[in-house]
Amino acid sequence: MIPESFDYQRAGSVREALALLKQHGDEAKILAGGHSLVPTMKLRLATPGTLIDIGGISELKYINDKGDYLAIGAGTTHWMVESSSLVQQKAPALSQAAAQIGDVQVRNRGTIGGVLAHSDPQADYPGVVLALNATIIAEGSGGERTIEAADYFTGLWETALGDNEILTEVRIPTDSANANSCYLKFPQPASRYPYVGCAVAMDKSGGNCSDVRVGFSGVAESAFRDDGVEDAIRGQALNDDTIAAASAKSAEGRSVLSDYFVSEEYRRAMAQVYAKRALTQLS
Amino acid sequence: MGDLIGKSVKRVEDNRFIKGEGKYTDDFNMDNQTHAVYVRSPHAHANIKGVDTSKAEALDGVVKVFTGQDIADAGIVGSICGWQVDFKNGDTMKEPGHPIMVADKVRHVGDAVALVIAESKNIARDAAGLVEVNYEVLDAVVNPKEAAQDGAPLVHDDVPNNTIYDWELGNKEETDAAFEKAHHITELSYHNQKLVPNAIEPRAALGHFDSNEDKYTLYTTSQNPHLARLVIGAFVLSIPEHKLRVISPDVGGGFGSKIFVYNDECGVLWAAKQIGRPVKWTADRTEAFFTDCHGRDHVTDAKIALDKEGKIIGLRTKTYASLGAYLSNFSSCVPTYLHGTLMQGLYTTPAIHVDVTAVVTHTVPVDALRGAGRPEATYGIERLVETAAREIGMDPAEFRLKNFIPPFDGVKQPGYQTQVALQYDSGNYEGALKKALKNANYEKLKKDRDKARAEGKLLGIGFSTYIEACGIAPSAVVGSLGARVGLYDAASIRVHPTGKVTIYSGAHSHGQGHETTFSQIVADSFGIGMEDVNVVHGDTESVPFGMGTYGSRSLAVCGSAIMKSVDKVKEKGARIAAHKLECSPDDLEFANGSWTVKGTDKSVGFGDVALTAYVPHSYPENEEPGLDFASFYDPANFVFPFGAHICVVEVDKETGQVKIVRYVTVDDAGNIINPMIVDGQVHGGVAHGIGQALYEGAVYDDSGQLLNGSMLDYCMPRADNFPMFETDTTVTPCPHNPLGVKGIGEAGTIGSTPAVVNAVIDALSDYGVKDLQMPLTPQSVWAAMQS
Ligand SMILES: Cc1cc2nc3c(=O)[nH]c(=O)nc-3n(C[C@H](O)[C@H](O)[C@H](O)COP(=O)(O)OP(=O)(O)OC[C@H]3O[C@@H](n4cnc5c(N)ncnc54)[C@H](O)[C@@H]3O)c2cc1C
Repeated sequence: MIPESFDYQRAGSVREALALLKQHGDEAKILAGGHSLVPTMKLRLATPGTLIDIGGISELKYINDKGDYLAIGAGTTHWMVESSSLVQQKAPALSQAAAQIGDVQVRNRGTIGGVLAHSDPQADYPGVVLALNATIIAEGSGGERTIEAADYFTGLWETALGDNEILTEVRIPTDSANANSCYLKFPQPASRYPYVGCAVAMDKSGGNCSDVRVGFSGVAESAFRDDGVEDAIRGQALNDDTIAAASAKSAEGRSVLSDYFVSEEYRRAMAQVYAKRALTQLS
Repeated sequence: MGDLIGKSVKRVEDNRFIKGEGKYTDDFNMDNQTHAVYVRSPHAHANIKGVDTSKAEALDGVVKVFTGQDIADAGIVGSICGWQVDFKNGDTMKEPGHPIMVADKVRHVGDAVALVIAESKNIARDAAGLVEVNYEVLDAVVNPKEAAQDGAPLVHDDVPNNTIYDWELGNKEETDAAFEKAHHITELSYHNQKLVPNAIEPRAALGHFDSNEDKYTLYTTSQNPHLARLVIGAFVLSIPEHKLRVISPDVGGGFGSKIFVYNDECGVLWAAKQIGRPVKWTADRTEAFFTDCHGRDHVTDAKIALDKEGKIIGLRTKTYASLGAYLSNFSSCVPTYLHGTLMQGLYTTPAIHVDVTAVVTHTVPVDALRGAGRPEATYGIERLVETAAREIGMDPAEFRLKNFIPPFDGVKQPGYQTQVALQYDSGNYEGALKKALKNANYEKLKKDRDKARAEGKLLGIGFSTYIEACGIAPSAVVGSLGARVGLYDAASIRVHPTGKVTIYSGAHSHGQGHETTFSQIVADSFGIGMEDVNVVHGDTESVPFGMGTYGSRSLAVCGSAIMKSVDKVKEKGARIAAHKLECSPDDLEFANGSWTVKGTDKSVGFGDVALTAYVPHSYPENEEPGLDFASFYDPANFVFPFGAHICVVEVDKETGQVKIVRYVTVDDAGNIINPMIVDGQVHGGVAHGIGQALYEGAVYDDSGQLLNGSMLDYCMPRADNFPMFETDTTVTPCPHNPLGVKGIGEAGTIGSTPAVVNAVIDALSDYGVKDLQMPLTPQSVWAAMQS
């Protein structure tokens, strides 16, 4: 388990990291918590010539209440997200997801920016940031740009992030749906990554489900918003029948992952079970 | 005896382990040392058309690259099989060779084809990636039953039908007759799936040849350094024993996988001599998955026959056992003498027939893994018994009590002669089950289950009452059955002039806590403190020729050798004491660290006697100085621990996830030296067995690729999978060894697997599910509920 040799650069600021990225070009990779990148390097599936470590950049580690939204720095660790009372109040789904990632060591090192940049189809956060309608901020040599979560996950291991861009911030709207959100996870028994992760944010002012967003992690090649479920429950009274009918739509019409260990049929069925449980929990 | 035996003395070795200061093979380094990496086959079955090492050799820092051809040219055979099991018709067991590295053909993913040696491990790893091997990929076979069929791809050209031997035990005619007159027959087909051992420390070796002394040294991760020295010296590399020192320092777990002498370590030692520099090799986790011997992989059809009253009258099994691609040291005895001989279980079954076909497949070699054969046997028996009870509408606990062998202590009542060769030493099987039923509060538990079911929850209760044979073994018996080694053990006790004691143990601890247990028995025997005793193990240069640690034998066999040496020390000590006290040794009694003239207050202490032995100024005539004795102990029989496990599970109706709600054990390991260590062994063993039931299992595709060869996909059990285990014991002493002890290292693993599966099947009874194949993954449980 030894990676190929590589050069290592430590960036003191985002600006410095961007300059280093530009300088080293294709053979460079950003290193954040290292908890996805280093394992793939050890298996020699990734062989970057240079690592640009942004793990020490303190300006990337924060959780701030900006009124309309929570601003979370890309370098914020899973543990910081999990334990933040601000996140627990305004976006409980995110803190619940953080709390279920890996183990304590992983949560102390891994970062939200790292997860979203890596876009592992099995990661927890992606479905959550979709359900929370988050915005992702990326910085490149041309400056900052804003990417809606809905446009961010573009396919298997693919995102809208450019090669020479650094993800700097995640913005979570502080709306009433996000304040009433949850994340439920069916972990793969060995890796504990999700077979199925379901995040739901629901506005139920007036008793009925007035607005809802449902995001799935782990189910398909990339995380997705499930408008089938959303449409079926939006505007409905919340009871066993409406929830059962809505959750039955989970992943409908989408291709879902399957392998020897989890068949397509089983994954679909579990997506339904977890959607049902999440909707029930919020109603 | 003093008051240490029976106490939960804290483990003395944990002082260094919990501080991370244990010293493992990879912690040792030598001057001028090089680093080795093996190049391994990515294919399960392929001809090697060519190996090009030139790019690797050209890399800066590479010292040497050896290939399978170099091994062939050197005329070296590989590691050997230590147990010969012949065919039913008398034909000799097939023993295909296993060269240290292969030159012509690879037979499993992970088979070694080249060895790269470099100045650093990083360079060696880089260079290994530059070795180009041209493979012609061939069809593979991975399933044991399919491997034996005509037309299956052959693993070795000289092994027709991939069959290494076929074998039977028991009485076929009587068993046929039992099934003919049976009132009820229960049948099951099951796969004791292939398990990866996954010791936390991967295998490692540091080999050195000292040309001045003409002597080899090998540091390695072995459960039995003397056995390693014997096999490497006498069979693989032709090194005289006195010219080879094997040191097995702290070892981070083995579970059987470090019993065996692997080619990899032999190759390291051989290479060290060739290049004239020390060579170090440490496997990485991936290599561990692809080269540590796996366990189990038995495909079995089994039947049990009952009479009208629900008594078992016959049992029959037919097993196809995979040995993997090559025969590892003890691979051949696991499906036979460690499996077939256990088919009596705890029951009075009068007619048993066991049939085993052992095959090679294109998979990682299979050998002993915690329990080795006994878990496979116990799984079959306990699944059959529980299923049969359900089918005839009898409570599974009651069914067992009805069929148990009655209690016998092996002293007043003789040992129990089974239908399958073994003679059980002592047992009180109903005692263990009744205690477990009481501890679990079974009557209430049944009501809870029924109540939960009425509320729509799937609660299930499962049993397993097991026996196992360990403390291997009487050498003459195993010799007559094909073993090529003796299975005694050895220990010496050196009492130092000041009365402190060093134990030199042939057994080797790789997690078991010998430094504590052995010290307890010796300190107690001499009336001295734990701190006055030290245990040395693992270095062939200092410890006597013992056979090492596996098969739950350390205390029963090596502990008995220790007690023999204790007796010799005490006998001689009494003669010295008698001389000092001017009496006859017969007038003395030994207690609390002193010899006292009976009926008087005249006494002399252990330390005094020790000093006198080394400063023999006033000394018995014709008595040698010194107080230092070695002993060998060859057991009179196996020891037979047993017990009863009760498992309660809840199955999630919607997802198929199984949650273990309670786990109750009553194990009987004879007399107990350290209850805490026994408890720890039960915890680890039960966790391991639950792993087989619910989580673990090597999965191969048809081309022979291991699909879950990493911790991402191969599921090891973890602490949060379990409730607090409710452990307890009964004590039925072993009648034939000095301490009256049995063994507890594997009991938990052997007992637990069927208890869990039985509980899940019970939970699914409303769905008419009679059987499920392990591991019972959420998906498989869910699928069973759908159909
Ligand atoms: C044992 C273990 C268990 C785990 N379990 C889970 C789990 O249950 N659920 C789960 O979701 N995850 C799990 N993970 C993954 C973990 O969450 C990682 O921390 C995360 O995937 C990556 O974050 P990181 O900060 O470590 O990124 P790194 O590994 O440092 O980087 C990952 C990738 O993202 C890029 N990158 C990182 N930061 C940025 C940035 N700011 N801008 C642009 N590119 C960037 C890197 O170049 C790299 O390609 C587990 C990991 C381990 C080791």
